[in-house]
Amino acid sequence: MSSPAASCPVTIRIQEDDFDIAREIAVLTKSRTDIGAVVSFSGICRADDDSAKVAALTLEHYPGMAEEEIMRHADEATSRWPLNGVTVIHRVGRFMPGQNIVLVLTASQHRQAAFHAAEFLMDYLKTSAPFWKKEESATGTGWVEAHARDDEAAARWTKS
Amino acid sequence: MKVKYFAWVRERVGKAEETIEPPATVRTVEELIAWLSGQSEAYAYAFEKPKVIRTAIDHAHVKSDAAIAGAREIAFFPPMTGG
Repeated sequence: MSSPAASCPVTIRIQEDDFDIAREIAVLTKSRTDIGAVVSFSGICRADDDSAKVAALTLEHYPGMAEEEIMRHADEATSRWPLNGVTVIHRVGRFMPGQNIVLVLTASQHRQAAFHAAEFLMDYLKTSAPFWKKEESATGTGWVEAHARDDEAAARWTKS
Repeated sequence: MKVKYFAWVRERVGKAEETIEPPATVRTVEELIAWLSGQSEAYAYAFEKPKVIRTAIDHAHVKSDAAIAGAREIAFFPPMTGG
């Protein structure tokens, strides 16, 4: 899913394949001389969670709505901050600790907009984009529960 | 209307999607959840804590008092844990 605006292209992909951060940054900044800052956030499958050691994670999503929900927040980010590009890639499937899960890239003339927008997008990805994690550990398999801290992180963007 | 289930709601209901025809008296998301819960043990188990369940109508999040009239696709799922 891509938006047509040339000044702030938005690319959203949900895929099983891994992503290459350097390549995605190169695509975002290609032939552009107006970009002064790119912020990159990657979310990685982690072995140590609150309780047992995680052996693998399976990511499930709601096809169609996931892309649309991310696009709604990318549109909001581009209206809130002066951005020159946004890339969001979310992987689905089964992952081992150390593997990439999500990538958010935000580009802007100055760093503040890119930093804020990347954090905004990640906070909403965690609480409002329809993805669910199932954990496998030595003690069994179970769905990851949502954290109140993630809701609080997203809620701060609605305060004045 | 088409109904979709995700994550543990899907596992408890025992299917990913289906087409349902609730009676006309079922007007809101909340009422639909109550009606589904009365259909079988599996639905009752999936919706045993209705306040936990999140709902989307035609790919957009809605609250439990949202009207279901005209909905093409309704999805039920647990709080999201992506990212």
